[in-house]
Amino acid sequence: MKNKNGEIGKAKSRLTALEKVTGSAKYAAEYNVPDLLYGYIVNSSVTKGKITALDETAVRGIPGVVDVLSHNNRPSLPWFDVMYSDMDAPPGSPFKPFYDNEIKYDRQPIALVVADSFETARYAAAQLKVTYETEDFDVDLRKNLDDARDPSKGLATLIKPLPPSPKGDFAKAYGEAAATYDGDFRHGTEHHNPMEMHATTTVYEGEGKLTIYDKTQGTNNSQIYVSNVFGLSYSDVRVLAPYVGGSFGSGLRPQYQLFVCVMAALHLKRNVRVSLDRKQMYTFGHRPQTVMKARFGADAAGKVTAMHHKAVAETSRFEDYNEVVVNWGNILYPAQNTLLEYQLVPLDTYTPIDMRAPGGSTGMHAVETAMDALAYDLKIDPLEFRLRNYAERDVSEDKPFSSKELRECYRQGAEKFGWAERKPEPRSMKRGNRLVGYGMSSGIWDVIALPARAEAIFTKAGKFIVKSAVNDSGQGSYTVMTQIAAEQFGISTEEMTFEYGDSEHPLSPIQGGSYTTGVVGSAVKAACKVLKEELFKKAKRLKNSPFADSEEDAIYFRDGKIYAADDDTVFVNLTDIFQNEKEDKISVTKSNVPNPLKLKQYTRAAHSAAFVEVEVDEQLGTVNVTRAVTAVAAGNIINPKTARSQILGGMVWGISKALREETLTDFKTGRYVNPNLAEYHLPVHADIHDLDVIFVEEKDEIINELGAKGVGEIGLVSMAPAIANAIFHATGRRMTEFPIHFEDLVL
Amino acid sequence: MNNFNYLRADDTEHAVALIGKETNSRFLAGGTNLIDRWKYNLTHPDTLIDLANIEELHQITETENGGLRLGAMAGNADTAYHPLVKKRYPLLKNTILAGASAQIRNAATNGGNLMQRTRCYYYYDHESPCNKRNPGSGCPATEGHNRLHAVIGHSENCIATHPSDMCIALAALDAVVQVTGAEGNRSIPFTEFHRLPGNNPSKDNTLRPGELITSIDLPAEGFAENYSYLKLRDRNSYAFALVSVATGLRLKDSKIEKANIAVGGIAHKPWRVQEAEDFLKNKRPDRDNFAQAAEIIMDGAEGFEHNAFKIPLTKRAIIRNGMMALNPQETQRPGAGPSR
Repeated sequence: MKNKNGEIGKAKSRLTALEKVTGSAKYAAEYNVPDLLYGYIVNSSVTKGKITALDETAVRGIPGVVDVLSHNNRPSLPWFDVMYSDMDAPPGSPFKPFYDNEIKYDRQPIALVVADSFETARYAAAQLKVTYETEDFDVDLRKNLDDARDPSKGLATLIKPLPPSPKGDFAKAYGEAAATYDGDFRHGTEHHNPMEMHATTTVYEGEGKLTIYDKTQGTNNSQIYVSNVFGLSYSDVRVLAPYVGGSFGSGLRPQYQLFVCVMAALHLKRNVRVSLDRKQMYTFGHRPQTVMKARFGADAAGKVTAMHHKAVAETSRFEDYNEVVVNWGNILYPAQNTLLEYQLVPLDTYTPIDMRAPGGSTGMHAVETAMDALAYDLKIDPLEFRLRNYAERDVSEDKPFSSKELRECYRQGAEKFGWAERKPEPRSMKRGNRLVGYGMSSGIWDVIALPARAEAIFTKAGKFIVKSAVNDSGQGSYTVMTQIAAEQFGISTEEMTFEYGDSEHPLSPIQGGSYTTGVVGSAVKAACKVLKEELFKKAKRLKNSPFADSEEDAIYFRDGKIYAADDDTVFVNLTDIFQNEKEDKISVTKSNVPNPLKLKQYTRAAHSAAFVEVEVDEQLGTVNVTRAVTAVAAGNIINPKTARSQILGGMVWGISKALREETLTDFKTGRYVNPNLAEYHLPVHADIHDLDVIFVEEKDEIINELGAKGVGEIGLVSMAPAIANAIFHATGRRMTEFPIHFEDLVL
Repeated sequence: MNNFNYLRADDTEHAVALIGKETNSRFLAGGTNLIDRWKYNLTHPDTLIDLANIEELHQITETENGGLRLGAMAGNADTAYHPLVKKRYPLLKNTILAGASAQIRNAATNGGNLMQRTRCYYYYDHESPCNKRNPGSGCPATEGHNRLHAVIGHSENCIATHPSDMCIALAALDAVVQVTGAEGNRSIPFTEFHRLPGNNPSKDNTLRPGELITSIDLPAEGFAENYSYLKLRDRNSYAFALVSVATGLRLKDSKIEKANIAVGGIAHKPWRVQEAEDFLKNKRPDRDNFAQAAEIIMDGAEGFEHNAFKIPLTKRAIIRNGMMALNPQETQRPGAGPSR
């Protein structure tokens, strides 16, 4: 009776599905406030240098043009870097749009043309005549590896730790190994390409007050940034983002359209919208180009003894973006002699930004290729090889796992996939013109704990409302939070109102890192718990309350009532509480602050195992992923439907990463040459075949109040390496560059 | 995008008259490429002359010699799914359906397909030098990203490719382009419609200024028994061909009586080599003979930093497609991928 509803664990469709598929969901560029002005951004046509002249004559002569803003006439702005910092800013000096005439990277925003229509603004922007003095630049990572250096430390390196110190004697162990692998890897630049392009609509409310609709993964992040940069008080800046059309990391930091939109609104004291076009979506953060070296050694019994994994990645000249690329291998496989290195090369590009499974999806390609190669070399089944190297404990940090059901992922995944049907020899399986390959890979993603706040409300009308500033970029966070809140009161998801995506609600960290369910969900649960205590206290005080002498463990909440645990004919209607209340609602706000001392004792991670079948037409170089199974251990799964969608999305992204997407850089001009969805090849339906997801049962009482590890990234991590390994099984060729193309197979 | 005048032509004579009268004017058909290029700041017409109202241009009709006339304004999708095209020219159908997306094929027209311009990255970036867009400014593709680019028939001024799938089939089918202009009507054999870049890459084809395509005429022979289109591209839909091959074979007594082979994705125009087709005459349709034909077709090919792989890949595709043409029922699948 008590768990009649049990909203946690129910497979539910997204609560916003209808709005999204019928077009009634409003995104940042769709708020049509009165007297709106439209800004269109002009981007630099050189990669490095100085603007020597901006000729605005033609632009200002176009009817409908209201203003042109640039470094020449911008309002006064703070000089200190700290004022431009944000919740996701890496160490360094944040990019300041329109600050001066200096060009730091290709297509840097340099001016904003404001007009009475988008079309006029766009046309006028094309008429701005800019004169530059150009300087030499470098955007080619591989030509500048000599400049590699250690990353600066800062807040970012706390959440995304730098590699652990070397352990044992790698050189000796590698030299003595029965089997060794030595491979060089290369990953190109990638961009996030969310469907919704970045946009901001700023409503000028007068007297320095602003309401801002922004495409962001953190309303509080945009609010703090705008307030600091423009010298406004937090309470005068409200940022809303109820719907976000995908972001994948691109909204982790306030992007420049927010800055220029707010600047124009304050300067003109008008409502202004600035939206980026698709080409401009390639002018801020990206996944960095990275080169890696992996040297692994194993003994004759199939134990990995030596592990060297080095990554060198690109960053900008002004900030040290870092991600966790090389730490994963030794968490998964307990080699005793390790050398893990991560370095950066500053180039004349914008600062990279986290993109789905940052670092992990890069680094695991090298780790899992090396593991696969050693298995073949030792003639051990690749799955068996991983089991022989199963880490019961994280030797890289010398800590236990808070929970780890990877073994069960291997078992269930292999069974569902039919791994036993695999013939061990490469090139041994065929279908007509095609070689068939089976490949597998482990996956790992860390569980991040952060503080968050939520407010829980019960109203006189009998309504439950829970609030948090958190976003939902489309993953289903809104649905999941509603489920978590509903569960606490024994009501259905439909009876719970969850309000979100609003900076006026209690503070939430930016949505990312697969931590939103665990972090914000725990705050929601904590706030609901306090509200329940409050409601119970008040119920006890009611005249003739049946619970006057009851303890909390003797009651439960269901359907707007408090019931006696042992007798469901004994209950109090929660709305009766208001007989004694002056207010017409009872509201509590609660922070959930993780205990770092407890968490620090454990390695906390979600795991996965991917099994992939490919068909390779070796004559023609075509590769198709014909089927794949990913088994995931991610703790408590709050909503199996939205979670499955997350894993499927990750698997599709894995196909994309291994076989499709790349931003092509012309190193001579410093320019990305394919900034559009026709030439930036994301997978299409015809590329996606039979995909299956398994959630393995896993209990975790350490990580957070919900035991939920998050599923945003883990589905991607294991997929791309499994594809590369399947191609090896099919063809006998190791794929060390992503994406894999015809030329890698036919030449 | 600049402001512009919009006019509608009542018939072909009116259209030709308008384009002669209005300066900096363009014909508007499906608009799928023209409007795209406009938004990319590559072209800035002052006047559009919409051809949508010219009824005769929309027709698909049989011709007296047993062929089929495809109106210039007939849609790509309508053409592909036309009963006579499906029955008599399945090569054309498969080729059209391997291109673009369903939405684009619905909007795009047959005449427009011939007139689309290259998808070279540098052509598409209005800030970049490009001899096609801005003659004399240079060709960054020769030393830049040239994976999409030509390996045969290119010049030092331009290494762009023509992006069409449909045109590869039309070249293989010996279609004829019917045009009209101020000086009257002309017929242009399909293989002479597009041109190589040479010293004047800004000119994609042999149309004279102000001329209008009225139809594309197919001859009676459609190779409906033995045909195949094979398209190799970076994803299985909505990507331009890196290499594509359209093959039509007429077989008699287990020998090739006639072989028409056109290759896409490798040159500034659909690539056909008469010598290779002559070589195949009276030969058995086997891998060795197709391989020798492929060598003849690719004679003189020269790749660049990122696209040299296209030379061996094209040869293999010609062989595979020849073999696929022997058994179209088994090998022809949506998307024009290789046979399993």
